[in-house]
Amino acid sequence: MTAPAIDRPAPASAPVSPARPGRRRLGDRLLTAYGWIVIAWLLLPIAVMVLFGFNDTRSRTNFTWEGFTLQWYGRLFEIPGLSAGFVNSLVIAVLTAVIATALGMMIGLALGRYRFRGQGLTNLIMFAAISCPEIIMGTSLLSMFLMTGIPLGRVTLVIAHVMFSVSFVAVTVRARVLTLDRSLEEAAQDLGASRWETFRLVTFPSILPAVTAGALLAFALSVDDFIISTFVNGPVETFPLWVWSASRLGIPPQVNVMGTLIFAVGAALAVVNAVGARRRG
Amino acid sequence: MADALRAGGTPAIELTGVVKEYSGHGEVVRAVRGVDLAIEEGEFFSLLGPSGCGKTTTMRMIAGFEEPTRGVVRLHGQDVTDVPPAKRDVNMVFQSYALFPHMSVYENVAFGLRRRGVDRDELDRRVREMLEIVDLAGREKRRPRELSGGQQQRVALARALVNRPRALLLDEPLGALDLKLRQAMQIELKRIQREVGITFVYVTHDQGEALTMSDRIAVMNDGLVEQLAPPREVYERPATRFVAGFIGTSNLFSGVVDRIADGLAVLRPGPGDRVLVPVEGKPAEGDTIDLTVRPEKIVITAEEPGGDVSKVRGTVAEVVYLGTSYSYAVTLGNGAEVTVFQQNAHSSDSSAERGDPVWLSWQPRHSYAMGS
Ligand SMILES: Nc1ncnc2c1ncn2[C@@H]1O[C@H](COP(=O)(O)OP(=O)(O)OP(=O)(O)O)[C@@H](O)[C@H]1O
Ligand SMILES: [Mg+2]
Repeated sequence: MTAPAIDRPAPASAPVSPARPGRRRLGDRLLTAYGWIVIAWLLLPIAVMVLFGFNDTRSRTNFTWEGFTLQWYGRLFEIPGLSAGFVNSLVIAVLTAVIATALGMMIGLALGRYRFRGQGLTNLIMFAAISCPEIIMGTSLLSMFLMTGIPLGRVTLVIAHVMFSVSFVAVTVRARVLTLDRSLEEAAQDLGASRWETFRLVTFPSILPAVTAGALLAFALSVDDFIISTFVNGPVETFPLWVWSASRLGIPPQVNVMGTLIFAVGAALAVVNAVGARRRG
Repeated sequence: MADALRAGGTPAIELTGVVKEYSGHGEVVRAVRGVDLAIEEGEFFSLLGPSGCGKTTTMRMIAGFEEPTRGVVRLHGQDVTDVPPAKRDVNMVFQSYALFPHMSVYENVAFGLRRRGVDRDELDRRVREMLEIVDLAGREKRRPRELSGGQQQRVALARALVNRPRALLLDEPLGALDLKLRQAMQIELKRIQREVGITFVYVTHDQGEALTMSDRIAVMNDGLVEQLAPPREVYERPATRFVAGFIGTSNLFSGVVDRIADGLAVLRPGPGDRVLVPVEGKPAEGDTIDLTVRPEKIVITAEEPGGDVSKVRGTVAEVVYLGTSYSYAVTLGNGAEVTVFQQNAHSSDSSAERGDPVWLSWQPRHSYAMGS
């Protein structure tokens, strides 16, 4: 991770206010330092996580550096409970991302595109769902599942995860839809496209960056959700839940490796989306 | 007018008693308040009027994006009031161009043909031919945002024209271009229209554009057509005060008819003044009539002019040098202000100075009495 734009010192030959070059240089340095602090703040915890995945630790705890090793990558699936949790988390996150993206995209389109009765209310609910404390959402989801008699497990986890991530997708898509030129769709229809063709060929490609961003967001929210999941998981353990229960005994380095892998995939997808968005314009 | 056209065949586009009302926030906006139009096959027809007068709404009803509240829209004699835009044989060029940003120029132009399942060879031939016509050959692979405003405009035009619509609707297509490019594109549009020979319906609020390009103009105001006539007639014989005021600069006189002789009404705005207006039948002595005179028809002289001309006395209030001409503001005895344009073809000196008492005169046929 480099930050060339921030890193570069101010060119001394082109000061903006030549009368006070000293002040400008100082301001520039402060800005550069600030930039690095923010980057460090954001990345340091992740760097520590990645680093301790390579720690040649022998004890149960993985808090002190004892030398470099790749063995944990080879022994990734040695702990059955952790492996099961990891797979559960991935399956649930993928399902959540697919369902929440499909639903959220439609909600976002409706909110951004049309005027309808109950629109204000729908908007309100979207933002309420985003701002609602997870602990409250978790307890109310649990009582709802108990009341309706749906057995707790993977299904309730997916339902709960879709429930809190759909708003994020909807809001992301809605923001994009609002910037779209309405006449694009009219132009498509004018040129003989049916409603479905208009959506497939014009609307969807135009909102694709937002849809992808929404899907990534839903995946990320689901994969590391802890609070709501503790209420509705039943017998099923996800990756974060397993880590939490294991933490009293000591977290094995495999957890760091899995965290690193999840982060790497997420970061790669985000980069692909950003590059794609830039290319599409 | 409509009858005369119908004699020449079915009009390409016909609106009968079309009304469009929008309701929202508890009030009803009457965007179009009853429009009758018959647009002839192959005609360059302009809808001209100030902002908010209902031009876009009228055009969108022709394209099918809005359904009239009342009235009928016919394309080539067929009632299409309930037909969706995709099934209408007209195409539209949007003010924002509405080019598909994720598609190349080629794919943009090919869009309509692909929807209609035109086979690959013909599609390729027609797209390339059309890009040739709009002078964009060699730019097929570009994305719209990699083109200049004028080029994007031409892609939008090509994308519509390649479908060989029976009419092309253009909503202020040159509005986003700078003056020079706009003038070049006006000529270009006329050339293309001649080349493809289809009906163009052109929305603009620029009267110069409408006057230079159109075969006929419908001047709209507040949801109604005030006048529907060829440019020359709209300019020289404005049907209403609104048209006179909207098109070019116009001098409006209002006066009481003193007497009528040989189809000419005589008005006497001030002592020694005399304004002659051709009238047909209606006004009698003592009636008040409104009339217009274009500034370039008026001659400015120091001495009282002779002959059967309209003549009024005034004082020069302002002289503005405009390069090829002078513009004078002359205040009349009754306080009214008259604008006069005078070409400086013979001498580049002004023929009157500020404060000079002058006579203004013009031929009787250049006075034009208007309806209300
Ligand atoms: N969807 C709509 N809902 C409500 N009112 C509308 C709608 N569309 C247009 N109007 C109103 O109808 C009137 C005519 O609008 P229109 O867009 O046809 O004007 P225009 O002549 O094209 O003006 P401009 O030159 O500014 O484009 C305006 O008063 C406008 O506010
Ligand atoms: Mg308009």
